[in-house]
Amino acid sequence: MSQALSFLRNPLVVALALIVALLVLGNALSPGFASGQQILRLLIVAALLGIVAAGQNLVILGGREGIDLSVGGVVSLSAIVAGNAMNGLDAGIPAAILACVATGAFFGLLNGLGVTLLRIPPLVMTLGMLGVLQGLLVVIRQGVPSGRAAPALSEFVTRPFLLGLPGIIWLWIAIGLLMAFILNRTVLGHRIYAIGSNEHAAFMAGVPVRRMRVLLFVLSGVFSAIAGFCLLGYSGSSFANVGEQYMLASIIAVVLGGTPLSGGKGGYTGTMAGAVLLVILQSILTTINIEESGRQMVFGATLLLLMLFYGRGRGLRA
Amino acid sequence: MTATPSIAREGRGGFGALLDRFPFLPAIVILIVLLVLNGLFEPNSLSFRSLTGLVRTYMALMLLAVAQTYVVYAADIDLSVGAIASLVNVTIIVLMQHLGGGGLSVVAALGVGVLVGLACGLVNGFVVAALRLQAIVATFATSIFFTGLALTILPVAGMPAPTAFWRTYGGSFFGIPFVFYCVAVLAVLLYLLARSRLATQLLAVGDGQQAAFQSGLPVTAIRIGGYALCGVFAALAAFCITGDTASGDPLVGAKMTLFSVAAVVLGGSALSGGFGTVVGSVIAALIIGLINALVFFAGTPSHWQNFVQGLAILAALMVGILVSRRGRA
Repeated sequence: MSQALSFLRNPLVVALALIVALLVLGNALSPGFASGQQILRLLIVAALLGIVAAGQNLVILGGREGIDLSVGGVVSLSAIVAGNAMNGLDAGIPAAILACVATGAFFGLLNGLGVTLLRIPPLVMTLGMLGVLQGLLVVIRQGVPSGRAAPALSEFVTRPFLLGLPGIIWLWIAIGLLMAFILNRTVLGHRIYAIGSNEHAAFMAGVPVRRMRVLLFVLSGVFSAIAGFCLLGYSGSSFANVGEQYMLASIIAVVLGGTPLSGGKGGYTGTMAGAVLLVILQSILTTINIEESGRQMVFGATLLLLMLFYGRGRGLRA
Repeated sequence: MTATPSIAREGRGGFGALLDRFPFLPAIVILIVLLVLNGLFEPNSLSFRSLTGLVRTYMALMLLAVAQTYVVYAADIDLSVGAIASLVNVTIIVLMQHLGGGGLSVVAALGVGVLVGLACGLVNGFVVAALRLQAIVATFATSIFFTGLALTILPVAGMPAPTAFWRTYGGSFFGIPFVFYCVAVLAVLLYLLARSRLATQLLAVGDGQQAAFQSGLPVTAIRIGGYALCGVFAALAAFCITGDTASGDPLVGAKMTLFSVAAVVLGGSALSGGFGTVVGSVIAALIIGLINALVFFAGTPSHWQNFVQGLAILAALMVGILVSRRGRA
């Protein structure tokens, strides 16, 4: 009996069930909510969050209190870098991509080195980096036009590309497949789980723990930079602090996807579902007609309720 | 006033032993360096008047850092302290307005404010310790909820505080600025709390939850107690914010949450729990204030200020952690 029902404890199943339930609820509250067009729009927003959450997920999987609070700053910064690099011209896109990835990798590298070489707790290191990034945003914004998205980039994010889905969704699917492949089928993936569940044992088994951890932070920076690049295409022009909302949202998407903050278990497929779930929830709250204050209260309470379905800590036993 | 478990750290002399007893030593050194630098760039910044202004502005952050420290003692974290402070800020502003703004109404409003802070702390403690949700995400969710409540009470910033209230906070009695009385009361309060059973129990839980449980400590109740204490101190911080800004703002505390975490770490407490002092957190809150002042006095161009502040705080965090590690490792 308990064997047969055990799939109900699978976070992915829970998330998918909740997504369907929320879509039905949303459609009941405002007919047309679950129409194809609407769902497509939600998926684009979810893809942006999901790409940030991919990096967040890797850092968290790596354990030792791994967390990246600087993702929002990198998203904002790379949106501005991309905007200035392409400045509305398709020809500037390759340079913009390179500049974004370099930016993300650079700040990720700094985070990784701080966490491994200086052994600063990730929460503190990335929190400090967030402060630096926010300051940098103020410097860059001063007097300089923030830059516009190239038409091709906007089209990639908002217009259908293949089978009616825009390019960004295909990109997200590709990232999802790649993450699943790396985490489940490669040595790299097994090493990530190894250092996340028992760093000492992994070290003894010959895993280059430090290099691995630096790599995770670099990847987190790069994923955030890609998301910032796409975000520019979504919003048309880059304005300050567009990325701020992604800091805690990406962590919540990971948690709702069944990866505990203690690391070592979980995966990205759940996180993708978590990102969709979070975006649908926010969207339902904006469609129902209540004051901003009430909306926030419902959102906070619902998040707590959702978390009850997942990874509650183990009770203490004597 | 340190509440450091000193057993198991015996047998090491010199610097390490000193750091064990006073984990906030690096913070004090940084504080002195910053004071000297401030004095070099702007001699006036060390005047009694300027220092009073500094304490008046950063009193709220000191109290929030203290609030955060008690949950960090038990290896928990509270990302809702800023939201609690905002909620208490608008609650007392609206109450004082409704009750007429007289002396009695102020006292009543402050009483209610403490209760609101306590209630928020209990909610956090319940979801983290009793429901066993992960502290970082759970307190972020409650912070959204508290912000929603604050917006219900006062949708837009701007309702003024009664004149008597901010005049008192900014004023002097017998030649001594009011904030220094606050500091004195805070010092006594922290001293008493450091010797309290709850503080020791929080540290014990932070040192090892399983061990604390097996030796018979009511771990869940203790963690809820830590969050409750945190909520009360966040309410006190809200009083200082209200005295300093003289108005209500439903989002006023939001930016202070992450600074409170930075202050706790800078003050020498371990985020992994079981080790730390509130004194360090108070000093670290002042360090953050002095860094901001120094960046200003050093003549940094206005749009570079945030960046330099960010770099300086990151550097201070690194130095603080590296020095205490060298001493304790």
